[in-house]
Amino acid sequence: MTFSLLIAQLINGLQTGSVYALVALGYSMVYGIIKLLNFAHGDIIMVGAYMVYYAIASFALPPIVAVILAVGVSTLLGVTVEKVAYTPLRSAPRLSLLITAIGVSFLLENGAQLVFGADQKSMDPMVTGSISMGGISVSYAAIVTIVVSVIAMVVLTIVVNRTKIGKAMRAVSEDMGAAQLMGISLNRTISMTFAIGSALAGIGSVLYLCAYPQASPTMGSMLGIKAFVAAVLGGIGSIPGAMIGGFVIGVLEALVAAAGFSMWKDAAVFLILIIVLVFKPTGILGKKIQEKV
Amino acid sequence: MKKALLFALVLALAVAMPVFAGGGAESSSSASSDTITIAFIGNTTGDYAMYGVPVRNSVVMFFEQLNAAGGINGKQINLLEYDDKADPTETVNAYNLAKSKGATAVFGSVLTGATVALSDVTYDDNMPQITASATSPKVTVMDPDDPNSEVKTNVFRACFLDPFQGEKMAQYASSKYGAKTAAIFYENGSDYSEAIVQGFESQIEACGIKVVAKEAFATGDVDYKAQMTNIAAANPDVVIMPIYYGEAGLAITALRAAGCKAKVIGGDGFGSVKDYASAADLEGTVYMSGYAPGTESVAQFEADYKAKFGTDVPNMFAPLAWDASLLLAEGLKAAEAKGLAAGSAEYKQAVIDAIKGMDAFEGITGSYTFNETNDPIKSVAIIKISGGSELFDEFF
Repeated sequence: MTFSLLIAQLINGLQTGSVYALVALGYSMVYGIIKLLNFAHGDIIMVGAYMVYYAIASFALPPIVAVILAVGVSTLLGVTVEKVAYTPLRSAPRLSLLITAIGVSFLLENGAQLVFGADQKSMDPMVTGSISMGGISVSYAAIVTIVVSVIAMVVLTIVVNRTKIGKAMRAVSEDMGAAQLMGISLNRTISMTFAIGSALAGIGSVLYLCAYPQASPTMGSMLGIKAFVAAVLGGIGSIPGAMIGGFVIGVLEALVAAAGFSMWKDAAVFLILIIVLVFKPTGILGKKIQEKV
Repeated sequence: MKKALLFALVLALAVAMPVFAGGGAESSSSASSDTITIAFIGNTTGDYAMYGVPVRNSVVMFFEQLNAAGGINGKQINLLEYDDKADPTETVNAYNLAKSKGATAVFGSVLTGATVALSDVTYDDNMPQITASATSPKVTVMDPDDPNSEVKTNVFRACFLDPFQGEKMAQYASSKYGAKTAAIFYENGSDYSEAIVQGFESQIEACGIKVVAKEAFATGDVDYKAQMTNIAAANPDVVIMPIYYGEAGLAITALRAAGCKAKVIGGDGFGSVKDYASAADLEGTVYMSGYAPGTESVAQFEADYKAKFGTDVPNMFAPLAWDASLLLAEGLKAAEAKGLAAGSAEYKQAVIDAIKGMDAFEGITGSYTFNETNDPIKSVAIIKISGGSELFDEFF
């Protein structure tokens, strides 16, 4: 493999990884707060992608309106799912919550087939063109995707570490009961977490369409599962961990394919999941959990 | 006591029923000195009716036109119609019914499973059978994995098989583009995709083509950037893509984004790919098709179909069913010409021999010659994408 081919594949991997990272952030945040693996998260991206598709391909709205619409609808949907499906189960066993999340995922996928139709919807790419740097052509779509996701992570870190709501989120994740005693509104904080996570999913849906300009009802399922692997690899609950996990998974996929094993891409990703769960279940940046006896 | 009597009466009626029915059939077949009875079996209701209905429509239209033009040898064709709902059991029941009514040839079925079941029973009776659409090798061969397997000599089809498309792709790449190197991009685990790849690879040596890259994707995957970067780096003359239109659109977009300018050749799964990638990226892409929409040879058929059924020809199943009817009618003509009695064993054999012996017989979807396993050696229609539309280019 030549050097320029390797660089090109690394950029491919970073672009895919950025989308994984954005989705993984949503997984991680929700898990950090209520210890729920929100399997409906990938399907929120799917709904966001359909919003972008209809805004641009059917109503010819400018891309910025499409982005706002996608982020807005995703946020609203995420909060609605939380209020309708998860809030009533807050004191139920965690397994009930997990099963409900899978149920919501199926509901969204099959509902989308009913409403949007089962076939893929294809649109013109939003970002076209590429620049050549030292003999390597890099598409603008790749640059936009990587830059946007890094900015999103920086903003999210600032929100979590420097703002009042961020402080409340950290407090709730530390100890739900104690946070409530300190006067933090549990409902508001959890809804806010879902809103931020889903807004990131909305941004992810736009970036996804930059890379693969097609929306389909089941597009969120594999994407969601891979992002979940990224979140576990980075250390579920950790924001920089989710980001690192996303990039690692994306680059790994690209390198496996580059080495000529493109049909083994998915297998490699899930092998990582097994290895992490067996040898370091807390992931790269995860907190150490002390088992209480 | 009364109940028992009633029961006996019902039982007696039930036993007598088939006798009455059989009597009816007897009279229709005995009156067949001036008619030829054939049967259509296909799924016109149920989940896959969108494939069965166009086939049935074409068959009905064909034999109506034939009858209106005087039939065969002055005899009218009596077309029996049965709906098998794509259920192999129903197919076999329908066949037994058709046989009892004196059918001398069978058209059907539409989907692979039902057609294989039908071919197993027609083979025992040496009943001429033709299908428009079933692509599995099992339709005409007992055991496709065994090279010396028994061939169901009485069964024919009008469509080409998946590996055959792959062979045609190799020949096209070599003779039209002078290709020396090729890349393959296929769907891992898809029978359709892998069968075409296998057909392609069986011909590369003969065509002097070297496969420089072979990449795949898993069903449902949409990220092809890494594979396309590999293909672009191998710099092939042509890229073979035996995949369906949705993935094909993404794959071609990714291929061009990776900077590869090679010609793309697709299979019949490419139909309507024009809606799934930009006109610029698709320019010059060709794909193999079972028929050539909008051309002279099918124009009359398309107009008749629209006039009779009020809809455009929905897919390639309709014109293929027309061709299958045409082949069957040719077989019947040959048997009639020999002065044989419809329904007799000699008559059936004559129909089979006539279809088997066809040499470049012209249908509306291409020309027909049958090989040793009764699969058509057929020209494929090459569809070229130019300026964002899919246009018929030539027969190859």
